[in-house]
Amino acid sequence: MQPFERLTSAVIPILHNDIDTDQIIPARYLKVTDKNGLAEGLFARWRYLPDGSLNMDFPLNQARYQGRQILLAGDNFGCGSSREHAPWALIAWNIRVVISTSFADIFRNNALKNGLLPLQIDKETHARLIDLAEQERRQNGAAEDWAVTVDLAAQTLTLPDGFQAHFPIEAFHKTCLLKGLDSLGYLLDFSAQIDTYEQSERAYPFGVRRYDFA
Amino acid sequence: MTRPQTLFEKIWDRHVVVEEPGSPAVLYIDLHLIHEVTSPQAFQGLRQRGLKVRRPDRCVATMDHSTPTRDLSPTAIDAQGARQLEQLRHNCAEFGIRLYDLGDEQRGIVHVIGPELGFTQPGMTIVCGDSHTATHGAFGALAFGVGTSEVELVLATQCLLQYRPKTYQVVFEGRLQPGVTSKDMILALIAQIGVGGGTGHVFEYCGEAVQALNMEERMTLCNMSIEGGARAGMIAPDDTTFEYLANRPFAPKGEAWERMLAYWRSLPSDPGAQYDRQVTVDVSKLEPMITYGTNPGMGIPISGRIPDPQQEKDAEKRAALEKALRYMGFQPNQPMLDQPVDVVFIGSCTNSRLTDLRQAAALLKGRKVAEGVRLIVVPGSESVRRQAEAEGLHEVFLQAGGEWRYAGCSMCIAMNGDQLQPGQIAVSTSNRNFEGRQGDGGRTLLASPLTAAAAAIRGRITDPRSL
Repeated sequence: MQPFERLTSAVIPILHNDIDTDQIIPARYLKVTDKNGLAEGLFARWRYLPDGSLNMDFPLNQARYQGRQILLAGDNFGCGSSREHAPWALIAWNIRVVISTSFADIFRNNALKNGLLPLQIDKETHARLIDLAEQERRQNGAAEDWAVTVDLAAQTLTLPDGFQAHFPIEAFHKTCLLKGLDSLGYLLDFSAQIDTYEQSERAYPFGVRRYDFA
Repeated sequence: MTRPQTLFEKIWDRHVVVEEPGSPAVLYIDLHLIHEVTSPQAFQGLRQRGLKVRRPDRCVATMDHSTPTRDLSPTAIDAQGARQLEQLRHNCAEFGIRLYDLGDEQRGIVHVIGPELGFTQPGMTIVCGDSHTATHGAFGALAFGVGTSEVELVLATQCLLQYRPKTYQVVFEGRLQPGVTSKDMILALIAQIGVGGGTGHVFEYCGEAVQALNMEERMTLCNMSIEGGARAGMIAPDDTTFEYLANRPFAPKGEAWERMLAYWRSLPSDPGAQYDRQVTVDVSKLEPMITYGTNPGMGIPISGRIPDPQQEKDAEKRAALEKALRYMGFQPNQPMLDQPVDVVFIGSCTNSRLTDLRQAAALLKGRKVAEGVRLIVVPGSESVRRQAEAEGLHEVFLQAGGEWRYAGCSMCIAMNGDQLQPGQIAVSTSNRNFEGRQGDGGRTLLASPLTAAAAAIRGRITDPRSL
């Protein structure tokens, strides 16, 4: 997993509420058996017109939003299907942070396991960011002028005008992201405790000697 | 006296292997269900690290998402789908995991065969790389969907790292009217609390209306917990649960059954147990529900009218409603009754069990599907298919002019050849009406099998109670 410490980038606004993982990546892209090529499917239904050409009204297709690494979304981002292809596709597009007021549980878990920061902010900060994106759309100018900075160690999001918001993240996930650690290594260290648990009275089926599906 | 505990707390506490301060709990998983779409990268990860599957005996695999339903011969599958199936075969063989392969008599949708074969039992922790894993909560299990990285964690360690979710008691009061089903109950709940309403929580469904449901109806209720934002939904096990489970192939037998039964009976929430949140839904006047928009929370009673965005005070909700109506091609204040439909899909892990098929067949018996409407009925498992055929249900569907298929996810996920054409409107017994979920440009109205059958007969949205 790529570590995540600090990132400065302007945002890509996709401001709908309840963006579901079927929109982030439609099912027809789930037939892969690896993690490659998923960028092509990112937001495919909104990025492509029915004839397969690019929908130039959609931010990901617009010149100004190229190369940006922060997605600004509406409430409840990532609801629906558990497909981890959703964060894989966002990462494949080189997005490292999604900002929303709330995230669906499974998406959030999946994102954290792939070095993608689900950055949760309050309504007020969210409204400021939406204003900022709207101002940029009207005024143009260099992307740097509109960049926000995410500092994971400090858990802060800083806007171009200096406004700073604090965001929550569990200490465990923060450490994993900062160091680029995946949880499998951490979990494997508990092998002895897992052995003990399996032998204990607490393990299912309690007190029944053998439980074998095979 | 110990503090009263909820069903969830009893199961959670029993499965915590270790919980270190500042870290998520190491939670033991009793049953890991696997399918072809969300597992290949997890097995690949194991291989790259040189790891084995810790407990292959606690894993069960099936093929459902990418499988064709019209014809099970290898030529009926596209190259990518075939590669996924082949990988699953290979992975299960290499790691010693029981697989219900394409031609197997017991194969079916993962959330249909788990309960049907008796793998799913009260008090268990169950995961699957699929958000509808909540289905198994109908048995009083803690069951939730996980991503592929977590599939890999469970394969390697039989454990997950989890922060304890909050609890949310959902009380369904009153008795359902005839013609109203558990699908209508869950659609009503989601319409009330919204698609993010249960985020961070585990639902426990309680109340008279829940106790009165059979196990298949309870599975429908729990299945759509994720559509309300909750990863899991549970129902306390009772005699209905135990009668369903007894003598299933993988349920405990004899002395083991008696011992487990004693444990299962201790699982229901204690009187006075506290929940973090609570909601009550009175179902005594509930009508059949139907969705009109592009998320499962956009649902109304079937006699209702589509909401008017002008009346919505919250700007974001107004924008979401406008966007949904634009996609659906519907007008504000439009009634749903008599809305013409093109396709009726009866199937999916939500509503593809015998109870569902019997209900649909009871309405369709001796009737014809309306001209120009396509009815497709897809049983949830090969066992359901055989039993439905033994009861003659397939004859009812076929004589009505419908299609009768092999088991699979089919048109719910639109990655196996079964899908809507752009612009088509479907009444679907599945669980998601997201844009393009059932095929690019397709428009989905979620409803019960009864409402779906009524729409097939009239070619228009119809209150099944009027037939």
